[in-house]
Amino acid sequence: MTATVDPGARRAVVRQSLSVGVATGAYGISFGALAVAAGLDTWQAMALSLLMFTGGSQFAFVGIVATGLHAAPAAIAASSMLGIRNGLYALELTQLLGVRGARRVAAAHLTIDESTAVAVAQDEVRTSRLGFWLTGLTVFVLWNLSTLAGALIGNLIGDPRTYGLDAAACAAFTALLWPRLRDRDAVAIAVVGAVVAVLLSPTMPPGIPVVAAAAASLLAWRTPRREHA
Amino acid sequence: MSLWTALLVAAAIAFGLKLAGHLVPAHLLDAPRVRRITAALPIALLAALVATQAFTGPDGAFVLDARAVAVGVAVVALLLRAPFIVVVVLGAATAALLRALGWA
Repeated sequence: MTATVDPGARRAVVRQSLSVGVATGAYGISFGALAVAAGLDTWQAMALSLLMFTGGSQFAFVGIVATGLHAAPAAIAASSMLGIRNGLYALELTQLLGVRGARRVAAAHLTIDESTAVAVAQDEVRTSRLGFWLTGLTVFVLWNLSTLAGALIGNLIGDPRTYGLDAAACAAFTALLWPRLRDRDAVAIAVVGAVVAVLLSPTMPPGIPVVAAAAASLLAWRTPRREHA
Repeated sequence: MSLWTALLVAAAIAFGLKLAGHLVPAHLLDAPRVRRITAALPIALLAALVATQAFTGPDGAFVLDARAVAVGVAVVALLLRAPFIVVVVLGAATAALLRALGWA
């Protein structure tokens, strides 16, 4: 802990944090545009990025409320279930970061996919901490600025269907899902989730089939085949 | 429930989950089975979101239209390792083009 950080490792983590931050800032544009296409105003789109600050949950929330306010409870349920993973990241991070009080609250807000990924990829505690804070803050600033830009662009566009914004939401969810399909079990869970949701859609209110499809994750109950591979 | 109420409730839960992970003793969730299921949850939810947004109409019935083609194009782009924003723009452009041509 008292040893000085290797300047090369320090530069590497700074570069990594900034590039991850810039890349995710770009999603913010699509989020902002999709949020206003879903019927949110610019303030609501910005409030989500500022206060919820977890991309997957935000996309899910606006995707479901796009069908109408009656779907709000399902939107809350789906975004919350997607947010559970941040709690799991926090379990890993809290030891690593060693912070208390107000800093712990700030660390909690910045606990997302990207900051966790950069933090856990480092070999040393000090570079991990630097990676966490720098990635978290860069993503936070750029995500919020790009949400505003996206919302303003979205407001200029009339019917979202003309520019394919409804299809952009489908593509965004596909891109969020893609990196998680790492093995056969993950693909099986995705297929069951998708089929359940489509089969339930004609008979259930919007959003509820998505929440019901979460039950497909119980397939992970059984022991994976390649546990020690 | 107004949209603002729903939004603030959802944001409070999202923050509460993050904070809980920083406050709860780690061993409570250490069972491998619990970890596997919670890791699988986003997969099931995102797949269900893709399916309902791309393949169902306003009445919830199964439909194949420009959105399905857009998802196909998105998958090809992802196979070619395109970045997120490119995937999203290609998806939107595909649907917009098909609609402009009156094909879907």
